[in-house]
Amino acid sequence: MKTLKIMCLYPNEMNIYGDHGNLLALQKRAEWHGFDTEYIQHEPNKKFDTSADIIIGGGGQDSGQDKIQADLLKNGAALHKLAAAGTPMLMICGLYQLFGHYFETHAGHHIDGIGIFDAWTKAGPTRLIGNIIIEAVIASESEAIPNKIEIIGYENHSGLTYLNKAQKAFGKVVKGAGNNGSDGTEGARTNNVFGSYLHGPILPKNPALADELIRLAAIKKFGSFEPKEIDDTLATKARDIATTRPR
Amino acid sequence: MKKTTIILGKLVRAASRLRGGGSALPGLVVEKVDPSFLSEVLSRLPFGVAVVSGTNGKTTTTKMVTELLESQGLRVFTNRTGSNFTRGVISAILGEMRGFKFNFDIAVLELDEAHAVRFVKQIKPKYALLLNVFRDQLDRFGEIDKTAKLLTEVAKNTTSAVILNKEDPLIAAIACSLPRAVKVKFFGYSQKLSKYFPNDDELLGKAKLKKSVVKPEVELTDFNDQKVFYSIEHKSYSTSMKITGAHNLFNAAGALALTQAILSKKTDIEKLLKTLSQMQAAFGRGEVLLIDGKKIELILVKNPSGFRLSLLSQYSRDADTMIAINDQYADGRDMSWLWDVDFSKLKSVEVVTGIRAYDMALRLKYDDVEFTDVETDVNKALGKFLSHDPNKPKQIFCTYTAMLQIRKLLSKLDKVERAL
Repeated sequence: MKTLKIMCLYPNEMNIYGDHGNLLALQKRAEWHGFDTEYIQHEPNKKFDTSADIIIGGGGQDSGQDKIQADLLKNGAALHKLAAAGTPMLMICGLYQLFGHYFETHAGHHIDGIGIFDAWTKAGPTRLIGNIIIEAVIASESEAIPNKIEIIGYENHSGLTYLNKAQKAFGKVVKGAGNNGSDGTEGARTNNVFGSYLHGPILPKNPALADELIRLAAIKKFGSFEPKEIDDTLATKARDIATTRPR
Repeated sequence: MKKTTIILGKLVRAASRLRGGGSALPGLVVEKVDPSFLSEVLSRLPFGVAVVSGTNGKTTTTKMVTELLESQGLRVFTNRTGSNFTRGVISAILGEMRGFKFNFDIAVLELDEAHAVRFVKQIKPKYALLLNVFRDQLDRFGEIDKTAKLLTEVAKNTTSAVILNKEDPLIAAIACSLPRAVKVKFFGYSQKLSKYFPNDDELLGKAKLKKSVVKPEVELTDFNDQKVFYSIEHKSYSTSMKITGAHNLFNAAGALALTQAILSKKTDIEKLLKTLSQMQAAFGRGEVLLIDGKKIELILVKNPSGFRLSLLSQYSRDADTMIAINDQYADGRDMSWLWDVDFSKLKSVEVVTGIRAYDMALRLKYDDVEFTDVETDVNKALGKFLSHDPNKPKQIFCTYTAMLQIRKLLSKLDKVERAL
């Protein structure tokens, strides 16, 4: 059986808003699509395993980010290489920020990121919190996965992220704040690396995005992806209700 | 204390009661005309003010402390926290005043983290019992480290003794930031019980955080279906308890430690334990109702740690299960917390309900837990659930506003009695 290796970056330090659900969604859906999965946990100071087929990372508190930043910088080159080779990744909140150039604190200090995204973040005056809907163009080559999708989730961040001109956003804000609450963009995408502020977690309620990550990984590793039909009625209904809820 | 303030407050109180509501209004008026009223009244109490705070178990623990102190002959003023905390307390004080007298020995107050700092800056508590810090409705408070900081502020503003949970690293660490004049006491549990108390980080199978090695004043040493064992001042005691749930038994150790601190250990311990054994759960917290003689247990779940602990220590495989998840402001709008709870131990769920029933159902699907019905309408769902297998006991895990709904619906049914 074909095996997909799913790596989670710093699950101890960077998993504050149920980001564990993203791992679960990838594992289950990969199995439902006929793959075996192997779980790799990357911890600070552990040797970085470059054989991962999908890499995910979540949000953390300030104290968690302090603990992982040095290790992330150390492995920045390896992550750049994987990103350039087309390895699908999904980075949420804190790790999304550190996949940009830097995070500027209130005091004006720069916390360096690894710059896979041509973006930067600065500490904002208030937290941007609430239900959020964005419209994302996934540009999937598979007919089983819709091209343009509404991504539904929840955001809770005080950092304001700005994309430089050349950087593609992940999506357009339909309802909510997004990257910075002012320019209507949400997240970032470079090659197959997705960054977003949507926790909640994002994948179970947005199965198309989960399937796209799996498809990208399968194409890269095995050259093909034949999706199985999965009953996503529950996700659809959960999405429908989420869109009716107050911010 | 100005007598005119009391007269005015009582008049407003009487007027607003005649109109049928507005319990915070007299508090608002008094706060405006006499800002020092609250601190003046409370500072006259011979034993001062004791506050209970933390993410989980505040309500039940506050009730425990109140009843424990009453068992030792103290007259205890207590009030539940509301959205207008100080005003609510003022209104309650006005209601309890006989003439111009406030005849109590001590005030035991449940303090929500959100109101904690503002309150303790205004009124320095003599005693504080700090239970735990878990991820709770982070959309309101930001981050868990921030909550720990709020509780540290509470401890720093406490004048006589602070009781800390030795098993919660963030709470235990507060001891280091306190001045020497403040006594620090701990409550804890014996190592063999640690499996009942996984913390947020251990959810994903991580190693246990290093725990403080200090000796606790009161320790939960063991429990089984019939008896609960505590070590108090290094002597062993046992008692039966009506209240269930390992976390409740553990918080009782905190309540005992606070009681000991307040009464300088001049307590009748047997009487304390007898009081504990007769205690009933606070409203909606592990409450057991009897409908037509069948047991229905309501279990309030507010956050991942609370839900996890309830599944570990209160879930019964022999009972039918319903889960009711709402996302009103009081529940928390963010549904991400459901993904931090491991549901795989559930045998099956009969009905999933609440505004976010489908979020919950989706969560169960990813943990391979079977469920029979998903019904967002709580009223219809409850009907289905009660008729599911009339002979089986029932358990309902519910968020705060769902609990209020369900309780109201159940109270309309015939033959309801409170069993616990």
